[in-house]
Amino acid sequence: MKEKIADLEEKARRLRVAIVKTLHKSQSGHTGGSLSAIDMVCALYFHKMRHNPADPAWDGRDRFVLSKGHAAPALYVTLAECGYFPAEDLMMLRRLGSHLQGHPDSKGTPGVDVCTGSLGQGLSMANGMALGLKLDGKENRVYAVLGDGELQEGQIWEAAMAAAHYKSDNLCALIDSNGLQIDGDVSKVMNVSSISDKFKAFGWNVIEIDGHDMRQIVDALDQAEAHKGAPTAIVAKTVKGKGVHLFENKASYHGVTPNDDELPEALRCLGCCD
Amino acid sequence: MIATRDAYGEALAELGGENDKIVVLDADLSGSTKTGVFAKKFPNRFFNMGIAEANMVGTAAGLAAVGKVPFLSTFAIFAAGRGWEQIRQSVAYPKANVKIVATHGGVTVGEDGGSHQSVEDVAIMRAIPNMTVIVPADGEETKGAIRAAAAYKGPVYVRLGRNKVPSVFPAGHKFEIGKGVVVVPGTDLTFITTGLMTAAAVTAAEKLKAEGISARVLHIGTIKPLDKEVVLQAAEETGAIVTAEEHSVVGGLGGAVAEFLAETCPTLMKRVGVYDRFGTSGKSDELLKYFGLNAETLIEEAREIVSRKK
Ligand SMILES: Cc1ncc(C[n+]2csc(CCOP(=O)(O)OP(=O)(O)O)c2C)c(N)n1
Repeated sequence: MKEKIADLEEKARRLRVAIVKTLHKSQSGHTGGSLSAIDMVCALYFHKMRHNPADPAWDGRDRFVLSKGHAAPALYVTLAECGYFPAEDLMMLRRLGSHLQGHPDSKGTPGVDVCTGSLGQGLSMANGMALGLKLDGKENRVYAVLGDGELQEGQIWEAAMAAAHYKSDNLCALIDSNGLQIDGDVSKVMNVSSISDKFKAFGWNVIEIDGHDMRQIVDALDQAEAHKGAPTAIVAKTVKGKGVHLFENKASYHGVTPNDDELPEALRCLGCCD
Repeated sequence: MIATRDAYGEALAELGGENDKIVVLDADLSGSTKTGVFAKKFPNRFFNMGIAEANMVGTAAGLAAVGKVPFLSTFAIFAAGRGWEQIRQSVAYPKANVKIVATHGGVTVGEDGGSHQSVEDVAIMRAIPNMTVIVPADGEETKGAIRAAAAYKGPVYVRLGRNKVPSVFPAGHKFEIGKGVVVVPGTDLTFITTGLMTAAAVTAAEKLKAEGISARVLHIGTIKPLDKEVVLQAAEETGAIVTAEEHSVVGGLGGAVAEFLAETCPTLMKRVGVYDRFGTSGKSDELLKYFGLNAETLIEEAREIVSRKK
């Protein structure tokens, strides 16, 4: 197990490097929220989810919804690492004609099942998939990554209500709780705390973790899978921009990409020499 | 060159000093929509509603119901999209005095891609009774439009862009709701345009002149109510119309002009806009070219329509 965790940690580090390089190349996209979510996305794709990069539409796969769609780079580098498409494609992020759109787009990117980018809609789609899979008697699970600012959308709570009502225990929401949104602190813009209490009140199984501690992420995902009768929310305390001190905990790096001056320092932080 | 959203920020901050009834709401995009300029000056009259557009619309309607003049802003796709039914029921139906100023309209949002490129908002706002729909051509007109919206009693939707756009109107240009403006006179055809396409049409008209084609440019800053008089005049006097907008050809300015002329004065017509497609990621200027939203397309369409005239 120790080895497995170390393995995932190293993967996450490499994915962070890929995010920084990709965003530096595109000069457009979201840095902070991609870096805060990547440990969870990494654990999902390399530890938890059943999926098949050689057959993106494989019926037996678990489903993934990046509800906070602006963190698309985190998803794209992971899909590339899995082999869904060549890593070179990352360099085309957000360009005209590229299959890597600014926000996840199921029409063109292998491994992307739903379109996201308008915040607050992902959990409903995830629950819809969970309900459908259950109807077919399937064991497949559905995972959704949400932002804490995103929880301000009322639709999230409509989805939370519905998922608990229908006992969607094949659904797991991971809340990337980095405490920041665009205009500043989530607590100052529009307070959503306590996130855990809210999900509990809606009837969810809630697990609180440090969203950068790979061991805790893996344990939480295992617990979520074991829990029956209710959907699980993993409320993960995270740091926006995690891994690169230049970007950490700064709302100003929400939608700003690393520039030429920042790139070497960012890569150095991530232990990257190439 | 200034972005219409920058002009909005300035106008709002000015108006805030003149009228203490003005309140402003935003949904976690105050830096981008430029309502932050007002927020800094009048913090107690600014409400950041968080990422919750539907609630923001309803709250604005409530503020209006107790005598405030609320301006609410977010990106066009989230204002007109997320808030559509709330706008219909809580704002337009009761004729609430709410001003929806949506920024980042059209394809020039660029890299964020199709999910963020609003090419339907004018159509869906235009379909709502009681709604006034304004799409300014430049910064100067935006300032006038915001002033006019504040002075007008009732629901208004103003659609702005992200990028800097060329100036069409001189400083001090007076904006009047519901009035079209002939920017360039002409006799062979009329470009009826809105938003950033008006500047493109002025360029096209200049180039066409060298070929001996006299193109009128009629700027329609208010899509609804449409200035029927100037549109009818253009149809009768030039006999050919090319509309252009950074919006779907379905239901926007082109739709409005076509609907009106079909019933009053059927005229040779061509609509330039986004042809019933979603946007895609790319740089703004690349996208304008990709969707044919430029002077070159207007020139081609003008030649074509003039050749079809007799
Ligand atoms: C419906 C909607 N409104 C507004 C936006 C613009 N927007 C993009 S990201 C963002 C802030 C997201 O904050 P959070 O969910 O906390 O994400 P994170 O901090 O993890 O990046 C906003 C307001 C959007 N994408 N969708």
